[in-house]
Amino acid sequence: MNFDSNETQQLLADAVLRFAAKDYDFEARKRIVQSADGWSESVWNTIAEMGLLGIPFSADYGGFGGGAADLMNVMDAIGSALIVEPFLPTVGLGAQLVARAGSAAQHAAILPSVIEGKIKVAFAHTEKHARYDLSKVSTQATKTGNGWNLHGEKLIVLGAPMADRIVVSARTVAGISLFLVDRTAPGLTIRPYRTLDEVRAGDVVLSNVRVSGDALLGTDGHAPPVIEAVTDFAIALLCAEAVGAMKSANDATLEYLKTRKQFGVTIGTFQTLQHRMVDMMVSYEQAKSMACLACSKVDHATDVNDRARAVAAAKFRIAEACRHISQESIQLHGGMGMTEEMKISHTFRRLTMIAQQFGDADHHLARYGSLAE
Amino acid sequence: MDLNYSADELAFRDEVRAWLAANLPNDLREKVSGYAHLSRDDLLRWHKILAKKAWIAPAWPKEWGGNDWTVVQRYIFEEECGYAGTPPLIPFGIAMCAPVLFKFGTEAQKKRFLPRIYQGEDFWCQGYSEPGSGSDLASLKTRAVREGDHYVISGQKIWTTLAHYADWIFCLVRTDSSMSKRQEGISFILIDMQTPGITVRPLILMDGGHEVNEVFFDNVKVPVENLVFEENKGWTVAKYLLGHERMNTGRIGASKRELVKLKDLARKEIKDGKPLIEDMRFRDKLFRVEIELTALEITNLRFLDQMRRTGQPPGADVSILKIRGTEIQQTLTELMMQAIGPLAQPFEAVGSAGGVDAYTSTLAPRYCSYRKTSIYAGSNEIQRNIIAKMSLGL
Repeated sequence: MNFDSNETQQLLADAVLRFAAKDYDFEARKRIVQSADGWSESVWNTIAEMGLLGIPFSADYGGFGGGAADLMNVMDAIGSALIVEPFLPTVGLGAQLVARAGSAAQHAAILPSVIEGKIKVAFAHTEKHARYDLSKVSTQATKTGNGWNLHGEKLIVLGAPMADRIVVSARTVAGISLFLVDRTAPGLTIRPYRTLDEVRAGDVVLSNVRVSGDALLGTDGHAPPVIEAVTDFAIALLCAEAVGAMKSANDATLEYLKTRKQFGVTIGTFQTLQHRMVDMMVSYEQAKSMACLACSKVDHATDVNDRARAVAAAKFRIAEACRHISQESIQLHGGMGMTEEMKISHTFRRLTMIAQQFGDADHHLARYGSLAE
Repeated sequence: MDLNYSADELAFRDEVRAWLAANLPNDLREKVSGYAHLSRDDLLRWHKILAKKAWIAPAWPKEWGGNDWTVVQRYIFEEECGYAGTPPLIPFGIAMCAPVLFKFGTEAQKKRFLPRIYQGEDFWCQGYSEPGSGSDLASLKTRAVREGDHYVISGQKIWTTLAHYADWIFCLVRTDSSMSKRQEGISFILIDMQTPGITVRPLILMDGGHEVNEVFFDNVKVPVENLVFEENKGWTVAKYLLGHERMNTGRIGASKRELVKLKDLARKEIKDGKPLIEDMRFRDKLFRVEIELTALEITNLRFLDQMRRTGQPPGADVSILKIRGTEIQQTLTELMMQAIGPLAQPFEAVGSAGGVDAYTSTLAPRYCSYRKTSIYAGSNEIQRNIIAKMSLGL
């Protein structure tokens, strides 16, 4: 057992922190999220140049061959700076599915371009009324000669507006399967929008989209285990990102307590606020521990159950901590915390969304309970 | 980062587990798992078994009998003891007085006290709190007046855990009341409980148990060689000890054992025709505390890992272990009481007739008893003050 982060992991994280301090401060971020596209191509290129897009992919395609533990510090820095570019949707979900389910030919066609920053891949899975149930898929894939016909509607696809390829889950005669679809495919429409945390997402409408036979990713009907594994991987990364965002909220709140004066003294001298600040710090430490557990277990679980239990526990605890820290940080900032001009109000929104993504606290507590020890 | 145990660590765990299975006497195991009263002899018997195996003080320096274990090995050992249901290690000698002597004691003091602590020949207790000095420890009033080669000590200590078993007590006493800062003028001194003038009076708590006492000192003569560190510098010693004390308050292994017992209970109890463990409301509470305990275990390991890497004990952040550890212990005792429903009411065991037995009748008193955990060893509010001041700079 060890919590060591190796030199490469630390170098990568330091690079992100330096980049965030220099080119992704709150003002720079504001310009990006207010731009028409809501993300920055030059930021994406920098992320690619730093080598971050290759961390969890095989060296055969130009990656580092790492896992979630190798991404922890990077995700932490992304969370702290509230980076909106679709890093998690691409490396944690879309391209991750290609890497885990795809054939050698599909790997060669997609992964090098992803790692170089040339293409982005999103994962279109959630459907109406599915909530967080990964097995609720009603999008249809019908065999047509050599290819497939995809029909259905996917909701809240993170990174969809800027994705070049979309991995779509659909139900065939054999069961749930994955298909790699080009965003320009006839019949595919993306309805883009901003989410509460100023990230770009969209609904993906598939209206009899025809794809060739080699669009099938993995074995027909065998997608559920890989969807679950990749979603757990993404949740582990999201937990690490949440930890960075929580640290940022705590740091900003602590700074505010030390500078804001009322009744002639800094408000941090009030014991009632001190104890609330301490409880926020305790929440952060407990959340960080669970992010370590989730990242460690998606890399090194003894079996699927071991992984799923750890991830469910982590997401439950982190959703609770997101809620606690975000709410308290606004309260301790007072009215100023409510304003658009303070970063804390943006961190609040991000933490609020993280708590909901891929399953909220209730969902993961129930999931945890349903998995035998 | 890999939170799974390595092959070496697993081998060590198996060794500890096998040894505990073979060497923990059955009567002690049953007493612990049934929450029965543990006598002085019970506690010392287990201490001596561990001392004979040379596993009683893993954290001590090697030349005094320490084990040179890694922090993970030490953690595994504690966890396995928790799982096996060993009697608790009484911390006052091994984990409190000894670290103080290693850091501040003279060679003569080390030679005189440490081997006896190790072998369990002396039972120690701690004399800190006084009737007027609880959380505000520095206001303590027990006086020690130097007369030749003795101190003459008068005053009163309270909440003295297991003073009625103790051979020795380490005390904070006031040696100078003229100092402008109250923390100055306090000294750390070791007192033989057999010295004339000492009276121990039991305090029976709401669970009916006798664990804590009042200790009265009426002109008690203590040789000056029993002073630890310099006169009037006892607060330095006390602060050092506080850091040590807080490192052990998570009690993760014991809470894991309690959680297993809680689940067993919830599988046996029936609610609406189904095992209680299938009741949605109960499950949520159960799994919440289980996850919180998992998180605390990893937080504890992270602190230990930090200690391994830096060679320094972590700072005030370890108060997190005290706060959350005791909250978890309290939740577990509360859920156990809730789990048995109406059967929680009988206070005395009346045999197994009617479903009320010795075990279930301990659960409500245990809930009562565990309210102390967020009060003792620096109340959880004091722990928050410590973090606010030392870690957050507020």
